[in-house]
Amino acid sequence: MISLDQHKEALNQSGIEMLHLCHKQLENARDAFFAHDSELAEEVVHTENRVNALDLRIDRDCERFIALHNPVASDLRFALALRKINFDLERVGDHAYGISQYIVELDTPIDKKLLEMMRVEEMFEGALSMLEDITDSYEEVDTKMARKVFKKDKTLNKINMQSFGIISEEVQKDPKLINQFLLLFSVIKKLERIGDLITNIAEEIIFYSEAEVMKHRKKKKVRRSKD
Amino acid sequence: MTHQVNDNIVDKSIKRVHKLEAKGVKVFYDDFMAIKGIDMQIKANKVTAFIGPSGCGKSTFLRLFNRMNDYVDGFRMEGEVLKDGDNIYKKKVNVEQLRKQVGMVFQKPNPFPKSIYENVAYGLKIQGIKDKKYLKEKVEDSLKQVALWDEVKDDLNKSAMALSGGQQQRLCIARTLAVEPSIILMDEPTSALDPLSTAKIEELIYELKQKYTIVIVTHNMQQAGRISDYTAFFYLGELIEYDKSKKLFTNPEKQQTENYITGRFG
Repeated sequence: MISLDQHKEALNQSGIEMLHLCHKQLENARDAFFAHDSELAEEVVHTENRVNALDLRIDRDCERFIALHNPVASDLRFALALRKINFDLERVGDHAYGISQYIVELDTPIDKKLLEMMRVEEMFEGALSMLEDITDSYEEVDTKMARKVFKKDKTLNKINMQSFGIISEEVQKDPKLINQFLLLFSVIKKLERIGDLITNIAEEIIFYSEAEVMKHRKKKKVRRSKD
Repeated sequence: MTHQVNDNIVDKSIKRVHKLEAKGVKVFYDDFMAIKGIDMQIKANKVTAFIGPSGCGKSTFLRLFNRMNDYVDGFRMEGEVLKDGDNIYKKKVNVEQLRKQVGMVFQKPNPFPKSIYENVAYGLKIQGIKDKKYLKEKVEDSLKQVALWDEVKDDLNKSAMALSGGQQQRLCIARTLAVEPSIILMDEPTSALDPLSTAKIEELIYELKQKYTIVIVTHNMQQAGRISDYTAFFYLGELIEYDKSKKLFTNPEKQQTENYITGRFG
């Protein structure tokens, strides 16, 4: 028989494994993107199967944990939070996969000037840094660290918002660049979504640790009250 | 003057809301202090669950409300226990009358070795009620309240001992209801029952709270969470936490409560 604590710890480790796996996927997607490395991009595409398998395993284990142990209080919040975190991480994996697919299908590298103009590297670094924060926060159950990502997400949102104006302006100047710009726009959209998903994960960690529901609340207000 | 009027309104509303109240209650069994000074208010028409590890004093505390501890050797009490604002431990209190108003259901179904009908009518008969029509109506009404009527209406003269455990427990609840109490105390009423019978009793408790104030001792956390409006966690004779069940089972204030309800001690 597996005790509640053993089962919970096994689930916790699976959550950590998922976080590291998705981080690695996004990191490889970034490297493949900037180096135009289609081999590395292929690796990300193939590793997506592992992400999906782990997603299913965590989902099933959470269900078993709830059914076998009837958890309450923090144990129940842990299982509920992990299910949502797992769902969000799987989506992060999907976006890393999507970005890598572009590289596999793209014949020529994207113009560096355009990358700079659109602040794509900043976007990637921001998303990866948020993912690192959230991994630390999850491992240490550190809600202060989790709250850090709310601010970082704002930068991603800002870059995303500005990208549309830049594209509209630049494409009018040189319509031949439209394909490259559209691809970059799509990548930025995916990274912006990743930022949102990581924010959701931060909310779940806070829910698990403090029983506080952050969903649909203004993060600015929440942070101020905590200070 | 206005201030006084307001005070009166508040006082009346407190009496109506709180059916039972304990004020600085301490219970001793000879030298052993089983309850170490508890203040608590129990709301009317709500289900309040008492939880805690064995020996924490929850059953002792429950039995204070109908003075069942009076029979225990070496029992001594300090403080006040109020029902509808009146101290039930005053010398003048008629204990039989009190127990009519505060019924009790025990862990193991304990029907009398008599017919189903006689079991339910028993309490009324010893009160001197002889009107057969009234008794019949009362028996039917009580059995209907516990959803047992359809199962036994053709066998009212059959021995209660022939019923299943779950049916016997519902019969015991019907017997309690027949004398029209306003409060029902339940000491682990489903611990000897199978899951289906347990579900029926739980459903019944939920329905009964419309008319009665129910206090239940249970070792089953999920049950407490399912059926009670409020839950009190006792440990070593002290009331550690008392809150809405929704809150206590999802986000308790005290670490001791969290450890107990998550099964990490007790």
